[in-house]
Amino acid sequence: MELPAHLRTLAHVSGEVHLELRGEATVCALLNELEARYPMLRGTIRDQVTNERRPFVRFFACEEDYSHELPETPLPAAVVTGAEPFLIVGAMAGG
Amino acid sequence: MSGVRVLVGTKKGAFVLSSDGKREQWDVSGPHFAGWEIYHLKGSPADPNRLYASQSTGWFGQLIQRSNDGGKTWEPVGNKFEYDGIAGTHLWYDGTPHPWKFARVWHLEPSLTDPDVLHAGVEDAALFRSTDGARNWEELSGLRRHGTGASWQPGAGGMCLHTIILDPSQPDRIFIAISAAGAFRSDDAGKTWKPINRGLKSVGIPDPTAEVGHCVHHIAMHPSRPGVLFMQKHWDVMRSDDAGDSWQEVSGNLPTDFGFAIDVHAHEPETIYVVPIKSDSEHYPPDGKLRVYRSKSGGNDWEALTKGLPQRDCYVNVLRDAMAVDSLDSCGVYFGTTGGQVYASADAGDNWAPIVRDLPAVLSVEVQTLG
Repeated sequence: MELPAHLRTLAHVSGEVHLELRGEATVCALLNELEARYPMLRGTIRDQVTNERRPFVRFFACEEDYSHELPETPLPAAVVTGAEPFLIVGAMAGG
Repeated sequence: MSGVRVLVGTKKGAFVLSSDGKREQWDVSGPHFAGWEIYHLKGSPADPNRLYASQSTGWFGQLIQRSNDGGKTWEPVGNKFEYDGIAGTHLWYDGTPHPWKFARVWHLEPSLTDPDVLHAGVEDAALFRSTDGARNWEELSGLRRHGTGASWQPGAGGMCLHTIILDPSQPDRIFIAISAAGAFRSDDAGKTWKPINRGLKSVGIPDPTAEVGHCVHHIAMHPSRPGVLFMQKHWDVMRSDDAGDSWQEVSGNLPTDFGFAIDVHAHEPETIYVVPIKSDSEHYPPDGKLRVYRSKSGGNDWEALTKGLPQRDCYVNVLRDAMAVDSLDSCGVYFGTTGGQVYASADAGDNWAPIVRDLPAVLSVEVQTLG
């Protein structure tokens, strides 16, 4: 998966993040594994209390918008095999 | 060798400004957390190398950072701020009920005695406490559940708990202030609270002398006299000599009594500082002159301090948490502006010089006096 620049800095990673998922490969499982590997990202992508995606964060994969899909939505096969990244994108806005 | 460390929070990162006791030459470190809003950072009085920072953005939410080496390195710690029980509603700007929702941490107040204990004041207004170095947070919900909580309304900057003052003589006494609910005091370490707004008068709210609803901008206290409080309200500079039970206006001869910042001299409990701002819709100094006003009599009689400060074409603001003092023999006074300047005076305000001129907009300034 790919993270926005600020979150790569926070997690001390560069480039893509490669994660091993156990069980069903869903959007929720992916985020759970990301936060388990990089605990400093908890709360930055989704609210820690409600698990809701933060409003200025979007999810894309294989040219599809996954931002509004249910958490248990399966990841596309190309993401599961590592052929395509799951993109976490911060809104392009100034400030 | 004595020295000072000035902790500066800005709209785009944190900066640490260091100097020896002369306070003439400065080392500037930063930006730390580049690109993030740093509403506040503060050091532990019990361990000056322990610092805490509130880091947030609208994109990625709230983080809390902790340093154990005076700001050289940092580690993210706990950032889960969950209201106790069902959060309920407060009032929105238009008077309709609005769900209580966490937005950010405005102010961090470390314990006077334990570097692992600290309080956090948040928006929407609530007080949290950590006893494990900011890894875990628990709401002191007696404040929000105070009988008036459902009627609190936000100020223009949000419904923020921005001021936390710990009483050094009574460990269980805490003062806090909320825009725009007012000031509150707890005498049992945060379990229960009482509003302390008697004497405040706020023209523009339905009952100008209401128990709550006042837009308190900041409160300052001298540690040697914890029963004496000084307040910069939206309009009016106030003082209390009975730990907030009653307030008297001490605006006196100020050119305007609107402002945000207020602080007390480190060695003279009756010497106080404010930065008058023109009005609530014109957030800049009157006449384009940046002037700190000092009263040596605890208010009412004020003198303008101008040496070294711009006296023409200056239209910056000084925000509520952006003024602080050091405790060296000659008290240093510091403040930051929304124009990115951090000014310092090593002689209690008589003369000023910028430490830095071109930072992002300054949100907060704290000072550590190093032994």
